[in-house]
Amino acid sequence: MNNQSLGHIFIDALLINNFVLSVFLGICPFIGVSAKLATAWRMGVAVIFVTLVSSLLAYGTNALLVVLNAEYLRIISFIVIIASTVQLVEMFIKKTSPALFRALGIYLPLITTNCAVLGVALFQTSRQYDFAQSVVFAAGASFGFTIALVLMAVIREKLELSDIPDTVRGTALVLLLAGILSLAFMGFSGMGVES
Amino acid sequence: MTGAHLVQAPSPSENYETFFNGLWKQNPVFVQVLGMCPTLAVTNSVRNALAMGAATLFVLVCSNMLISLVRKRVPKQVRIATYILIIATFVTIVDYLIKALSIAVYKALGPFIALIVVNCMILGRAEAFASRNPPGKAILDGLGMGLGFSFALLCLGAVREVLGAGTFLGVPLFGPRFQPWVLFLLPPGGFLTLALWLLVFRAWQSRKERKQEQWRAAA
Repeated sequence: MNNQSLGHIFIDALLINNFVLSVFLGICPFIGVSAKLATAWRMGVAVIFVTLVSSLLAYGTNALLVVLNAEYLRIISFIVIIASTVQLVEMFIKKTSPALFRALGIYLPLITTNCAVLGVALFQTSRQYDFAQSVVFAAGASFGFTIALVLMAVIREKLELSDIPDTVRGTALVLLLAGILSLAFMGFSGMGVES
Repeated sequence: MTGAHLVQAPSPSENYETFFNGLWKQNPVFVQVLGMCPTLAVTNSVRNALAMGAATLFVLVCSNMLISLVRKRVPKQVRIATYILIIATFVTIVDYLIKALSIAVYKALGPFIALIVVNCMILGRAEAFASRNPPGKAILDGLGMGLGFSFALLCLGAVREVLGAGTFLGVPLFGPRFQPWVLFLLPPGGFLTLALWLLVFRAWQSRKERKQEQWRAAA
C-alpha cells in the first residue's frame, strides 16, 4: 500500500509531474488538437471524463485479476476497458448533445490511443494506490493534461498572427514551445515534499 | 509460409521500396511525427533508446504479420478492436521478455513498455498497410518502419546523452573538466532536441526541393 496523502497525489499529478510536460504522456493529442482554444477545451473535458471512468473500471478489474491470479492479462484488459469507455462516451454525447459530438468529431475515438489514459491505469496499479488515491490521481492527471493543452492552444492562437519563418512553422514550433513550457513547469519540482 | 507469399509478391524493386519507405522517406518520427511519447520519454540515454527501438520493432513486425494473415477474416466494424488486441498480446510478450532478460532495462523503461500498445505508429501501420497487403510485404514494411523508428530514437538519444551527460553508451567522451548540460536529460531537453532534429530535416528537405525546382527551371 502507498500512504501518500490525497492532496499530495493530486498536486503531484497536476503540476509537479504534469503528464504532458514532464512524463511525456498524451503528446499526440497535445500536438494535434492544440491549434484552437475551443477544440482544445472540449478535448480536455472529454479526456477528463474518459480517464475518470476508465480509472475506476481499471481499479476494479485489477482487483479481479489479482484474485484470479491472471496479471498477465492486465495490459489487454486495460486497453479493452478504455476502448469501451470511449465507445460509451461517444454514444452518450451523441444522444445528449449532438452539437458537441460534431465539434469533437474525429478526436473522440482517438482518445483510445491517448497514452495518458492508459498511463493513469498503469501507474495507479504499479504504485499500488487504493481506491480514493486512484480517483484523485486520475483527476489530477487528466486536469493536468487539460491545463497543458489549453495553455498551448492559447499560445498557438497568439502566434497565428506573428511572422515566423516557414521552416519553423508546424510541429517543430509546437515542440519548441512545449520545451519552454516544460522548463517553466520544472519550477514546480521544488514542491515535491517527500520522494 | 512467407515464401509462398513472396512468390506472389511483385518485383524485388517494389519490396525494396516498401522497406526503405519507412526507413527514410516516410520516417515515422521525423516525417510522419507519430509515436511521440516513447520518442521523447525514453531517449535520455542511447541504451534506453536502443532497447525501446528493439521492443517496438519486434511488436511492429509481429503484429503486422498476424494482422496481414487474418485481414480477410476480420469484419470491418471490429477491425480496430482486433488490431489493438493483437498488438496488446505482443506487447505483453515483450514486457515479460524484457523482464526476463534485463531487470535494469525493465526498470529504466518502466511503464513505457506497456505503453507501446498505444503507440499510434503501430496502429497506423496496421490500418494503412498490413490490412491491405500480403504477409511478406507487411513484414518488410514493419521492418522498415521499425528500423526507421529505432534510427530516430538513436538520433535523439545520442544528442541527449552526449550533451547531457558527456557520455555515449556510458563511455565518457570528454575530459574530467567537461560540465554536462543536464537540461538535455530532463524533460525540456527532450522537446528541444526533437524540435531541433525536425528543423534539420525540414531545412534539408526544403533545400532539396529548391534545388529540384532550379534544375527544372534550367531545363
